[in-house]
Amino acid sequence: MASQQHTDQTPFPGQVHPTAGGGIVISKLDDIINWARSNSLWPLVFGTSCCAIEMMSTASAKYDWSRFGFEVARATPRQADVIIIAGTIVNKMAPVLKRLYDQMADPKYVIAMGACATSGGPFFYNTYSVVKGADHVIPVDVYIAGCPPRPEALLHALISLQEKIRSGATREQIKEEKG
Amino acid sequence: MNNDELKLQLSAILPSAVYEEGTEWLTVQADAAGWKDFARALRYTPGLEFDFLFCLTCVDWKTHLGMVYHLTSTVHGHTIVVKSKLDRDQPVIETVCDIWRTAEFHEREAFDLFGVRFNNHPDLRRLFMTDECPGWPLRKDYEDPVNMIKL
Repeated sequence: MASQQHTDQTPFPGQVHPTAGGGIVISKLDDIINWARSNSLWPLVFGTSCCAIEMMSTASAKYDWSRFGFEVARATPRQADVIIIAGTIVNKMAPVLKRLYDQMADPKYVIAMGACATSGGPFFYNTYSVVKGADHVIPVDVYIAGCPPRPEALLHALISLQEKIRSGATREQIKEEKG
Repeated sequence: MNNDELKLQLSAILPSAVYEEGTEWLTVQADAAGWKDFARALRYTPGLEFDFLFCLTCVDWKTHLGMVYHLTSTVHGHTIVVKSKLDRDQPVIETVCDIWRTAEFHEREAFDLFGVRFNNHPDLRRLFMTDECPGWPLRKDYEDPVNMIKL
């Protein structure tokens, strides 16, 4: 699947059976919902350090994440689908991040961007103030390596998240299935 | 004024001043006790007029704490650095926030992270750390077994 991701972006889920004068699509409602959701992910405007600069670059004309359906960055968690943790999370920020995550409507997804958000990164040792990985605070779906990661890496992560949503493998979806 | 001219004029104000060699900016070691009067002189003496405190910080040298003040004059364009040694167990120095307003927050930060007490500061409280936080995080001997992973 991974090798297909850049060539075969968003195949409509289901099979087409041609009939006279048109055709019938046979699909699953879940697949269509996931397909729709994966192509309209609204990120939350959230950045705590230099990774946010790369995130802004990814949003801007050169990399243009709106090609993949991410253009509607929201400044309120209530309208956002995905939170990209772009930067260091310190102990004082952790409760704020948790509250933002809690305020987001289901289904919601989390990307940990860069070394700080993944593990504390350069601040892992001898620091009194840094959370050693955002996943100590909220669950993460996709991790990106890098310090900071290049815009291509963030795009790759966003596309990976789309694939994860389409295959029903995000934490939210698994939680829902288990009921 | 260049560094030599500054040195000449400063020696008139503070004869006890010691100068560091080999620095880009003129660096003065001043006694903590006389710092307030010296600061006032730096700010208001015609010809000096250091009206901009662009950096105020503290350094933990393990044997003592060192306050560092970077001053520049927007009138004359010259810059000096004033350093002052403080006792590590009783770090006390006079505030300069009535001379340079910006010092109010910078001194709060130095208090928050190094535990330096600034006499006559209007609002010496924790700035970044919570009120309950024990100790001074930027001191070299600071221990925090809950948050810190030692290397």
